[in-house]
Parts: sequence; structure tokens; C-alpha cells
Amino acid sequence: MYEYNQFDHDFVRNRVREFRAQVERRLDGSLTEDEFKPLRLMNGLYLQLHAYMLRVAVPYGTLNSRQMNQLAYISEKWDKGYGHFTTRQNIQYNWPKLKDVPDILDALADVEMHAIQTSGNCVRNVTADHFAGAAADEIEDPRPTAELLRQWSMDHPEFQFLPRKFKIAITGAPNDRAVTKAHDIGLRMVRNENDEPGYEVIVGGGLGRTPMVGKVARDFLPKADLLPYVEAILQVYNLNGRRDNKFKARIKILVHETGIETLREMIEEVFETQKALHIPPSEEMVKAIEAQFQPPEFDAGPVDEEKLAAAIESDPLFKSFMETNVHEHFDPNHAIVTISLKPIGGTPGDATADQMRVMANLAEAYAYDELRVSHEQNIILPHVRRDDLPEVFERLREAGLATANVGLITDMIACPGMDYCALATARSIPVAQEISNAFEDIKAQHDIGPLKIKISGCINACGHHHVGHIGILGLDKAGVESYQITLGGDGTETATIGERAGPGFSYEEIVPAIQRIVERYVEIREGVDETFLETYRRVGAEPFKNALYPETV
Amino acid sequence: MARAFTPKVVTANDLLEGDVIYMTGDGNWTRDHAEAKLFEDEDEAKAALAKAETQSLKLVGAYLADAVRGEDGKPEPVHFREAFRTRGPSNYPELGKQAEL
Ligand code: SF4
Repeated sequence: MYEYNQFDHDFVRNRVREFRAQVERRLDGSLTEDEFKPLRLMNGLYLQLHAYMLRVAVPYGTLNSRQMNQLAYISEKWDKGYGHFTTRQNIQYNWPKLKDVPDILDALADVEMHAIQTSGNCVRNVTADHFAGAAADEIEDPRPTAELLRQWSMDHPEFQFLPRKFKIAITGAPNDRAVTKAHDIGLRMVRNENDEPGYEVIVGGGLGRTPMVGKVARDFLPKADLLPYVEAILQVYNLNGRRDNKFKARIKILVHETGIETLREMIEEVFETQKALHIPPSEEMVKAIEAQFQPPEFDAGPVDEEKLAAAIESDPLFKSFMETNVHEHFDPNHAIVTISLKPIGGTPGDATADQMRVMANLAEAYAYDELRVSHEQNIILPHVRRDDLPEVFERLREAGLATANVGLITDMIACPGMDYCALATARSIPVAQEISNAFEDIKAQHDIGPLKIKISGCINACGHHHVGHIGILGLDKAGVESYQITLGGDGTETATIGERAGPGFSYEEIVPAIQRIVERYVEIREGVDETFLETYRRVGAEPFKNALYPETV
Repeated sequence: MARAFTPKVVTANDLLEGDVIYMTGDGNWTRDHAEAKLFEDEDEAKAALAKAETQSLKLVGAYLADAVRGEDGKPEPVHFREAFRTRGPSNYPELGKQAEL
């Protein structure tokens, strides 16, 4: 994985030093809160409902064991012994004290991490497919490109005060696990007719108040043109994005109001000048970055598949785990293991310091020292030898990390909601916990099959509810928590915004409502192989609405 | 027509710790909502808020929050958001004010 060069080290350390001085000046009264707030936000420090919150970037979701161990250490030394992994592949600490934050940032810098550009109207942490560099279906590892974008966007002088925040996601595989169509820019690796890899560039996707599926700006962009093209998009947006209205300031509104054809022409025009002006990163530099993402030297010894098959047959829990939490690797001797951070009744995305250490140790011992954070709030061991799967499972089970529910109904996304977030209009975590408890039986979950529930605690949609097969949005309806259901959303390459099912449900009513949807699905599906989304697409919303609102039938 | 005034407490977040604080009758700050001063007069409430806003070395983001006098005579929050602020995250009852108070 990428290692900081001297420039990166100096840049991050200088930023910590600068922030330390800013905190001192806030505490001695030389800076007012109005002056200090934008400075702390530039360094990922928010003030939430009950405390400060520090959002730490995990660039394109990649970590090594040393970094994961340091995240555990920070949570114990300066926080309350846990961290929350988010839908943007970041980790959030919920209880730091203002005076400790510079020390935390130094401790992050020790392991080549930081919290820069995790807030504010700039290019945020670039997210990537969490199976990057391991997936069997991948054209190329997208992370060298993500790293190039990170270097390009970091402290980019022109793009620190965009009309609004700007999120880029990238995938190297045709199966989109990075929700590229719901980002300001989505990059999907494709091949042209000469079999050369390049990018399909999608712009103007986004969730929030006005959810939109991104539109294709370029169906094939050669890799070498990436930076000038992305720079052109940002320039067009920076000049034309609406600064008059915060709710209309994202690029999706510009795409919507201008039309993709006109906007495409504007981008192409700037791109031509950019390309002429642009000093592209040297081939050497690109090669040097790519070299840091070479796959590890895989142990090529034969796998005793018979022994593995016997282990699977002898333990039903391991068998379930193999079915949902283990995915195909491009190397036939290896597998990708997803560690679910969704224990039954737990808080989605939370991990204790001890659990972080277990995951770090497993990565070191069994996964060539690599970990990934997924936007679905789980942790991935990207390269595990198939021989080692029973042992890895056993170690996870001992740490309470072996829940076999990846992709199933209890593998929910839930944003922090009103248990932490100052912007929330309702809680989301306890709703997730109660749904999880209601569907706790793993066998029943496997019978229901793939089903993604996503929950947000306000219209900002950090919990991606619009692209949940079942989405739940928490609102404040005249001083009472109220939950709106959307159906049929999809965050993959077939991205769709879910449809509102009807009037909202109270906190007490929302879990039974979800149960009625699931019961109806099981009744009407054409065989166990028809997933919830397939059934929904076949029959539409009506049968589910009837189940939700029986009194109106 | 202007809306009739309803009783308020002055609340903010502590600058150093970040946690929720309330103004008491003597102009100090408490972490316990029950110890907050309930302002039943609009002008007094506004004056207290103005005073809080000058204390930038102590707090961040002062505002007036609706509250009512409970049966024990102590102020109680009205809106669920304010009720959560008096307690802490509902997923971890061992964390936040609910564990300390
Ligand atoms: S969706 Fe709303 S409540 Fe949830 S984390 Fe985002 S801003 Fe906060």
C-alpha cells in the first residue's frame, strides 16, 4: 500500500503544528468561535450533540495492521474505547476533548493518517471499491488512481472553497460496490474497443434532499487524461455551481439545471485548455504510485479443498459464514473475508478497541497485513488463504465478530442519527438495533436472502436510505420522531432511487412495518432465489403498500 | 401575530469538553438539566442568552431551548432532541450524562 514520501510527512505534520497553535489561540481568546470553527472543520473536528467528533480519513478505505492498532490506541487513550466506521470509509471518534485533538492528530500522523478535508466545501476523502486489489471481477486496482486524486486534491489551492462539498468514488470492477452513481463524480473502469482500460465518468449523482442518479459525462476517458478532465469538471462546477442557495449548491443541481449535454460541452472545452496547459504527472510518478499497490506475493502452495469442505460441513455457523461473508478472490487459493460490524442488536459500524486489535492481528497473521473499510460499515480482510478460513472464522467468533449476515437484512447501514449528530431530525441507531433483534435468527435471515436496509437520521442521507432496497428516513414530525419508508432503491451499477411508500410511521410502528414488508415479500416471491429487489421490480410497490397500510386497502 | 413566549432554559456546549451545559440561577453553568434556571419571562431569557454569548472562553453555540416546570418544580425538556441532550446516546446507556448524573 501507499507509503508517505517526505512531502506527505511534512505536509501532515505542519498541518498538525498549525492546528495546535490554532487551538491554543482559541483557548486563550485570541480566536473567536466564528474564526475558529472553519479552521477546526478543515481538520475534521465537528461539535456534535453531546461532544466533539473527530472524523479521520481512511483514504480509499485501505489500512494496514499498524494503522488499525493505532486507531484502537487512540480510542482508548483519548476517547471512550470505540470508533464508528462510516459510509464514507472514515472512522469517527465521538468523545475527544478539544485540547487533546492536536495530540490525536500527531498520533495519526505517526501512522501516516490525518483528518484533513473530511469536512468543508472541498474535495473529500476519495472512496473506492472495498474489494479493490482483490476482487475476481476487477479490470484493474482503482487505488493508484484514487491515490493520484488524493494527491491532486489535497490542499488544491483552487478547490478549497467550492460551492459545496465534493465527493469522488471509484471502482475498477463492472459490479459497482462503490455507489459511483450517487457521487459528485463516479469513476468506473471500463475497456474500450482496443481492450485498453479507462474510465466511464459519471457526474452529478448524489443523495440528500434531492436524490439523483449520476449521468455519464464521458463513456471512455483514457487513464492519462484523468487529472485534466477531473480538473475541468471541478473548474466548471466551481464557476457555475449555485452559491446563492446551500440546498442547490451541489453539482447534481448544476447538471440538472444545465442539462448533461450542455455541461458536457462546457467540460470538454475547459478540458482542451487544461490538457494543453496541464503538466501531467510524470510517467515515473504514476509508476511509483502503482508500484505501491502491487498485490502481495501470494503463497502459491496448494489448498486442501477437501479439508476445507469438511470443516464447512461440520459446522453450520461456519457454513453460513462462508455463504455470506466470504467472496471470490482473483487468486484461486485466496478469498476475501468481510468482517461484519453488525452484530445482532449492535450499533452498525462500531468497533471496540479490542475488536480493532483482533482485526489488526488477523490482518497481520492471515491477510498480508491489509484491511479495508467498506462504505457498508464493515471491515474486509482482502487476501486470506482458503486454508486459513476456518482459523480466521474461529478467531473472529471468539471476538464476537463472526456474524454471518453480510448482505442480509441485519447488515444494515445506519448513520449516527440523533444519538450523536447535531443535524439529525430523529434517531437511526436504535431503529437498526430493533430491526436486528426482530430478525436475529441467522437461518431465517439466510432464507430471506439478500436485502439491504439503509437508515438515515435526516434528509442529508448519510445512511444512503434512497439506495436501500428498503430505505428508512427519520424525521421530526411536529415534535415526534417519524420514519418514512422508501422501496426499491439500489446503489449498484443498476442504481435506482427508492420510491416513497406513503405516510411515515412512529418510532413504535417502524419495526412492525418493516416486518410486514418482509413477510409480504416472502409470500409473493417466485421461489427462494428471487431476491427482494427482483420481486419488487417484478410486482412494483402496490403489494408492499397494501401490507404497510392495510386499513386503506 | 407573534407567538406567545414559552419558558426556556439557556443551553450550550462546553468549549473544552464539548458536552451539554445549562445556565443556572446564579449565572453559572451546570451539566444537569434539572439544575438549570427556567426563564419564564421573555426579556429575562433574552438577557441571559446575551450574557451567555459573551462567554466565548467557556462555551460554544448558546441558544434558548423550550422547557417546562415538572411536578418536582424542576425544568424538564419539551422536545425529544433536548431530552436526548440531557442524557447521551441511547445505544450506550453507560456513556454520556445518563451514566454520570
Ligand atoms: S443523515 Fe443526517 S443525522 Fe445522519 S449522520 Fe448525516 S447529517 Fe447526521
